[in-house]
Amino acid sequence: MYRTTLQGILLASSILAGVGTAMAADVTLNIESWRNDDLQIWQEKIIPAFEAKHPGIKVTFSPSAPTEYNAALNAKLDAGSAGDLVACRPFDTSLQLFEKGKLEDLTGLEGMKNFSDVAKAAWSTDDGAKTFCVPMASVIHGFIYNKEAFEKVGVEVPKTVDQFFAVLDKIKADGTYIPLAMGTKDMWEAATMAYQNIGPTYWKGEEGRKALIAGTEKLTDEGWVEPFRVLAKWKPYLGDGFEAQTYPDSQNLFTLGRAAIYPAGSWEISPFSSAGLQLGAFPPPVVKEGDTCYISDHNDIAMGLNAASAHKEEAKVFLEWVASPEFASIYSNALPGFFSLNSTPVEITDPLAKEFVSWRETCKPTIRSTYQILSRGTPNLENETWTESANVINGTDTPEVAAKKLQDGLDSWYKPAK
Amino acid sequence: MTDLASEQGTEAARRRPRRWHILVFLAPAVIIYTAVMILPLIETLRQSFFNVVGGEHVFVGFANFATLFGDPRWAADFWNALRNNFVFFLIHMAVQNPIGIALAALLSLPGLRFAAFYRTAFFLPTLLSFVIVGFIWKLILSPIWGVAPWLMDLVGMKALFAPWLGKPGSALVAVSLVSVWQFIGIPMMLIYAALLNIPEEVIEAAEIDGITGWGQFFKIKLPLVLPAIGIISILTFVGNFNAFDLVYTMQGALAGPDKATDILGTFLYRTFFGFQLQLGDQPMGATIATIMFLIILTGVCIYLFGVQRRIRRYQF
Repeated sequence: MYRTTLQGILLASSILAGVGTAMAADVTLNIESWRNDDLQIWQEKIIPAFEAKHPGIKVTFSPSAPTEYNAALNAKLDAGSAGDLVACRPFDTSLQLFEKGKLEDLTGLEGMKNFSDVAKAAWSTDDGAKTFCVPMASVIHGFIYNKEAFEKVGVEVPKTVDQFFAVLDKIKADGTYIPLAMGTKDMWEAATMAYQNIGPTYWKGEEGRKALIAGTEKLTDEGWVEPFRVLAKWKPYLGDGFEAQTYPDSQNLFTLGRAAIYPAGSWEISPFSSAGLQLGAFPPPVVKEGDTCYISDHNDIAMGLNAASAHKEEAKVFLEWVASPEFASIYSNALPGFFSLNSTPVEITDPLAKEFVSWRETCKPTIRSTYQILSRGTPNLENETWTESANVINGTDTPEVAAKKLQDGLDSWYKPAK
Repeated sequence: MTDLASEQGTEAARRRPRRWHILVFLAPAVIIYTAVMILPLIETLRQSFFNVVGGEHVFVGFANFATLFGDPRWAADFWNALRNNFVFFLIHMAVQNPIGIALAALLSLPGLRFAAFYRTAFFLPTLLSFVIVGFIWKLILSPIWGVAPWLMDLVGMKALFAPWLGKPGSALVAVSLVSVWQFIGIPMMLIYAALLNIPEEVIEAAEIDGITGWGQFFKIKLPLVLPAIGIISILTFVGNFNAFDLVYTMQGALAGPDKATDILGTFLYRTFFGFQLQLGDQPMGATIATIMFLIILTGVCIYLFGVQRRIRRYQF
């Protein structure tokens, strides 16, 4: 009995080993990414769709934690152990990798024609001549609100800044809900979800951003200080002890239904939707009724090819597929809130995501002001903006002082091309 | 006969000096220590004299140090980090060590019940990972879900609660006290061991002379454990000026709010590895690391030559 069992095991293992070698004949592509939240979606939706059409190429998605991704990827690329395909952060982080020869030049990729220059800007050289990552998605800023809270308090979705504060006053007076779910502990909420969210309305989106890079506008100009003044007025509407409230705290306060409005990025859509609340969204309010609205539609994620990959041909096949409308459709619908940058319009089914993407038709999109070129030196403008945005809301610095600090820091190393 | 004896003697003399076993036994420690400590240290010191100029990695002499101390921004960040680090150290010296000594004194009292239990309980946080400690305390002190505001409410002190970790004025003190809570076991254990080493005869002699209680502690026991206190102070100094992990887990790499909790370790991390859009700056990072090394070296030297030689040791 014992002997036959042993033989059976040996037989089974040899068969399994045989299967193993047969599988190894396929090429396996490894994807590096910081989107560990998306692991399931890649495994269940995106990868099977690709593998069904491309027998012989297997794909594995191996993400790492968002905060560790940049450092981990750099180390892996230097050590030669990085995956064949790497998710690209926008602008300088990826540009530096390309200049060091770690990323392959993808300018000649057939599918690149599916993307506009604005979409490619975040992953192209400064002169736009070479592109090194296939744009995947952007994220849009706005405000998500709890419909039930709005009904209970009896307020309408605000369109102008004055209406916005009137709504906040009413919610605060009612007392059931915290008007705004935001904290300043992690600082990036204050900078990204607040300053970069409402800011484009005042600095006129791309116009102001480009003028800042060209040196014709300064951070101490009215258009850049005014958003800080508005932020300073948010303070009374934040929850108790907001100074020590972290980003997950804010998310939890909102999904538990204890807060009415959440200054958001569209990436929150899928986690928030699963909380079972009735949610709506509105774009950053404008100053006067009828003004042009501006939204931050920020290039967020792309995919590049590791220059040291052993399977470049297969990886390019995958990248061509990533550039196709088919991928755009699967990706945008599997991950509501990440909007494809593909020029072919995508039909989105999630109502909240649909609301966000509809602003692209009425509002002028821009990207975050600190990302292109301006965060290249020391002190780093993006990091300083985090600190100062939090300082303004906490009341540590006045809006004028904060703006001056930022401009002084920028002046110390940035000389705009004349 | 004499010839033979001298011949044997010279042969033995010839054989004896080659004591290979010393090298063999030293080798593992020397090799490992050199590979993981000395070489990286030398490499760091070397890197602080180089920088990238026009895409080339070149020797720049003391230019990096000139930038660190001369450039108003770098200097402001550095002095801020150094000042915070001193506050961090002073809080440890003023709170952690006296409490550690007091706990050890209480534990060594004869006839104390559950002494082993208390000893373990006080020492336990030291064994916890700083990630766990940071996370637990962030939750305890959270104004939204925290136990702290609730407990203070129970005793009618809710009004005194503030979001300490988020206020520039209190964040550093709060983080320091969490670190004190975590590491209090180390001075306690070292002093406890030193107290147990004091021979019974000395204590008995003191008792015969009528010195008991607090007097006995201050006049007899404390002088006898002074060398241990010296060791603890220097360990605290080195540990505090190398600290990084707790601030990083509790306050993030930007060491907020408004850089109020930025110590040399977080400043070094941010500079060397970069953060978010900020790319890592290895030469400047190495420069900061070199300065940290010099600060710690100076502190240890002052202790070794200035303090330790003057401490009287008692042999029993």
